Amino acid sequence: MNKFGYSLSPASVINLDNADKIKFKELIDLEPDVLKCMACGSCVSSCSAVNFTNSSLRSAILSLQNGLPEKAYEYLKGCMLCGKCTMICPRGINTRRLIISIFQTYNFKK
Amino acid sequence: MAIKNIVVIGGGPAGLEASAQLHYMGYNVFLIEKNDKLGGHLGKWDRLFPQGIQSEELLNPLIKNTAGVKTFVNTEVVNINKLEKQYNIILSNGITILARAVLFATGFDLFPASKKEEYGYGIYDKVITNADLEIFFRTKSDSRIVNPLKIGFVHCVGSRDEKTGNRQCSKVCCATAVKQACEIKEVFPNAEVICFYMDLRMFGRKYEDLYLTAQKKYGVRFIRGRVSEVGENINHQLIVKAEDTLSSKPLKVTLDLLVLMCGMNNSSEGIKTASLIGLKADEDGFFETLNPMQGSIFSHKKGVFYAGAATGPKTLPETINEGRAAAICINNYIKEEINE
Repeated sequence: MNKFGYSLSPASVINLDNADKIKFKELIDLEPDVLKCMACGSCVSSCSAVNFTNSSLRSAILSLQNGLPEKAYEYLKGCMLCGKCTMICPRGINTRRLIISIFQTYNFKK
Repeated sequence: MAIKNIVVIGGGPAGLEASAQLHYMGYNVFLIEKNDKLGGHLGKWDRLFPQGIQSEELLNPLIKNTAGVKTFVNTEVVNINKLEKQYNIILSNGITILARAVLFATGFDLFPASKKEEYGYGIYDKVITNADLEIFFRTKSDSRIVNPLKIGFVHCVGSRDEKTGNRQCSKVCCATAVKQACEIKEVFPNAEVICFYMDLRMFGRKYEDLYLTAQKKYGVRFIRGRVSEVGENINHQLIVKAEDTLSSKPLKVTLDLLVLMCGMNNSSEGIKTASLIGLKADEDGFFETLNPMQGSIFSHKKGVFYAGAATGPKTLPETINEGRAAAICINNYIKEEINE
């Protein structure tokens, strides 16, 4: 098909029916505070890695809720665990520990 | 001796509170209610946000305090005539009252959910409204609610919606949705609960705590995006489509129950009654008040007052405060008239 200069882009619809809830439940058991995120974006705006990576804890949590761990990894792999977001989170989430817990639960490579 | 009659139209929380206070001040109060029971919408509800107080705990004392008030249920106002300093009110039970002041505590109508056809209320069996769910919480029976495992709440149904003629926010639905999401998790602990919201307007005291509880204790998922359409699959489950605007991706999910958070419209009966003396509704459907910055008690007609949701969506504490405020305004008005 590529010969003709076009291709189909993958469907972008999130299908919540297929989202893996077991892994996310494991994460909640390990780190219940993940439920407290209200997607304000403070973690991203304070992130020291965000200038040269696409780090975003907010988007990572959202991706996990939507059953897209590969995407979550993309949002977290640039994290240097500096902990600035932990200081700024208005819901008092220990974001640094949460990131470590996400890596553990989903077997992300460091 | 001047006539001390006052007519209060509407036996919901605002009308009940105003009647009780006016009676306490020594006025001769007539409370007119079109239904067979006092209490308005409150009489049909179960628990109230944010603390989860039983509705009876609020309603019973309100009704009890109106013991000395002349109450007419199953009665409507047929006509109102303005005399020089009084109003002549003719009721459907044949009684005519000459009153110094009239209070419209006519409340609201729930937005008719079937108007938003794309959500399928009245078409799909598993689509219900916030009012239906309150009745379920009271009676624990509804043929549409059978062990749902996935439940959705749609905020802003008939609110912030130009096409339904309601540009305004109905104010109480966000807190109601979050409250009901927690309650339904108590009834069905294994269910997954999702709220589809545009903005979460948890403006009141302790509302934010309710939101945090919904997230942390009950694990309610909040998806920012308005539901665009609802369909049904062969198993009578609902296919719900929305955009997850936080990740800028369209999203679909299969649900067993969908609850539509219907907003408030001004009471159509109230508008009809008010039109008898030439009082008009504003662009948003609620009554126009004399000077909005000085409260919402005064109408454009001397001797006619408002209290409660007739002048815009309000929470219960606000409504009850307005009932009290209206009693004071009416008292002041009559005192001034006598001194003139």
